[in-house]
Amino acid sequence: MVVIITNNETKKGRDDNRAFDELRPMKIEAGVLERADGSAYLEVGGNKILVAVYGPRESYIRRLLKPNTGVIRCRYNMAPFSVGDRKRPGPDRRSNEISKITAEALRPALLLENYPRSMVDVFIEVIEAEGGTRCAGITAASVALADAGIPMKDLVVACAAGKVNDEVVLDLSEYEDKDGQADVPVAIMPRNGEITLLQSDGNLDKEEFSQALDLAIEGCKKISEIQKEALVSKYGG
Amino acid sequence: MIHVNDKDFVVPGQILAEDDFYSGRGTYKDQKNVISSLTGRISLRNKKISVIPLKSKYVPKRGDVVIGEVSDVRFSLWELDLNSPYSGILPASEVFGREKKDLNRVFKVGDVLFLKVVDVDEVKKVKLGLKGRGMGKFRGGLLVDIAPTKVPRLIGKKGSMINMIKDKTQCKIVVGQNGLVWIRGDNEMEVITKNIIKLIEENAHTSGLTNRIRDELYLRVDGEIPPEFNEELEPEYNSQIEEINNLESNYSQDNQDNQDNFINENLESNTLVNDSNGEDSIADNNSNNNIIIAKETIVEEEIINNGPLYDEEGLENPQFQDFKSEVELEIQQETSTNGDDNEDNISKNKNDVDIINNRNNNINNNINKNTNENYNNEYLSTNNDSDKIASLNDLENLNKFTKKKNNEKNDGIPKIKPVTKKGSFFDNYKNIKKSSKD
Repeated sequence: MVVIITNNETKKGRDDNRAFDELRPMKIEAGVLERADGSAYLEVGGNKILVAVYGPRESYIRRLLKPNTGVIRCRYNMAPFSVGDRKRPGPDRRSNEISKITAEALRPALLLENYPRSMVDVFIEVIEAEGGTRCAGITAASVALADAGIPMKDLVVACAAGKVNDEVVLDLSEYEDKDGQADVPVAIMPRNGEITLLQSDGNLDKEEFSQALDLAIEGCKKISEIQKEALVSKYGG
Repeated sequence: MIHVNDKDFVVPGQILAEDDFYSGRGTYKDQKNVISSLTGRISLRNKKISVIPLKSKYVPKRGDVVIGEVSDVRFSLWELDLNSPYSGILPASEVFGREKKDLNRVFKVGDVLFLKVVDVDEVKKVKLGLKGRGMGKFRGGLLVDIAPTKVPRLIGKKGSMINMIKDKTQCKIVVGQNGLVWIRGDNEMEVITKNIIKLIEENAHTSGLTNRIRDELYLRVDGEIPPEFNEELEPEYNSQIEEINNLESNYSQDNQDNQDNFINENLESNTLVNDSNGEDSIADNNSNNNIIIAKETIVEEEIINNGPLYDEEGLENPQFQDFKSEVELEIQQETSTNGDDNEDNISKNKNDVDIINNRNNNINNNINKNTNENYNNEYLSTNNDSDKIASLNDLENLNKFTKKKNNEKNDGIPKIKPVTKKGSFFDNYKNIKKSSKD
């Protein structure tokens, strides 16, 4: 095994020459699946994500339903070919966690009170992964929910910030995520700035953390515009 | 202050207006702002802003008329799929009154019914009823599903759109408020009507739709647009506005009067549909085509309600009994003529098995034949003396209906029992075997 020791101090900027507050190029398309009630396809950097939304619909899992409101259920799944080394198919610890936090990040935006005893199903399929799939998944899922005609307060949007080479940067790529010192995914409702998801992985001091949070919120607001555009360009004409 | 115009496209979370505007359907109020909660188009009326969604699910409301498909038959109720997050139940008492009958004989899984929502409780348990004009089961025809939000557009102002389509294509059309549309007519016309309805759904938000649909309709039915249409001026009122208002009244939950109006209007148009069918479309000998059920899946030729084909009463079937006794006799004779030799016995038994197998085959064939005949007979009879929509308005009618059926069944058309049930040849065979060993 060859170990290459590099001097981090000499290396300036990010590996793909982005500015510290620059997002990767993003593309969102709404209403791509015919049979789903709502759907969206999202590409950001090397990520390719397809989201399908079904519902509100009847569910056979009666114990999950609530008599006073509708419920949302998410499934985040990575295709075996989505990463460099083949991923073992099926749910694992990580995808279970992401499924849960996605549902919880989307739930505050949904107005399901008019649909008691019903369920909204969100399926997030990661076709290609290159860092930041959980945020991309949430972003695409809320477009798909809006496409399905589910009443919601706002389009939830998510973006990550982190620390790489002692610098706080926006929208970590896979390399930066693995190599970096910290990762802070944030989901917000952009109109009133309510935070629906906040995770933090790695080491950040107080200063850096609030810096990362601000940066992520700025990123979210930029992505929010792309989300709206996706819906308008599909149906607005 | 308002940020949008009428019919603008909006997305969830978009601020529509500030201060003195009221929030209608598809919007919510946050402090002083009116904000959209749906993806759709603005409907502005006075100071009330609503968003008409592009897609939505049907939520049953009391008084709605809907089209549903029987998804389950239980002991005392039918469960129906209403193209909605909530399935409906049709209690047997709604159909029979106090009498108890076999539910499968009236409606079975897959039947498409035209119903009324009798009651919806707070947990959205939907109770359905069949009391009303033209309610009952559809026979044949085509079922198309459209977004429930587009239903008022399809009906048009006082049924202008739907009546136009009906007049031109000579199809019977019934629209449920859950977005299911039933079409029945000439084969080609059914398809044209379906496509026209899909076209209306796609272009529901555009103005002057009625005229464009009229042109398209003439083009598809006659192959040309009559020249006088091109010279005609646009009608004075813009039907779009009226229809948006219709939409509005449909959705304004606070305005019960409007809702009732809408429902009445809708009902009216529905009854109109039925009126145009003639008082009773009883002797309708039109080709009984395939039914095409929601989502355009083709269902095989309708097998008319016939009750269970194989039932316990099957033993009463004279033909079958005769046949059985014949075989029994034969077998008995054969067993009685058996020699004392054991080996012989075995070979005889083998023969018996063969014979029985053959018999079984014969009987199976016979049964197939019988059932086919059964179907055909029933099929014809229902063709002759029942509605396209089996009218179940009054109990008497239904009783006659079922009695007649039962009578028919008793004269001539035999009931059949499966061979594998108790008292079958297999059992007999076992008995024989036992006795022969002794």
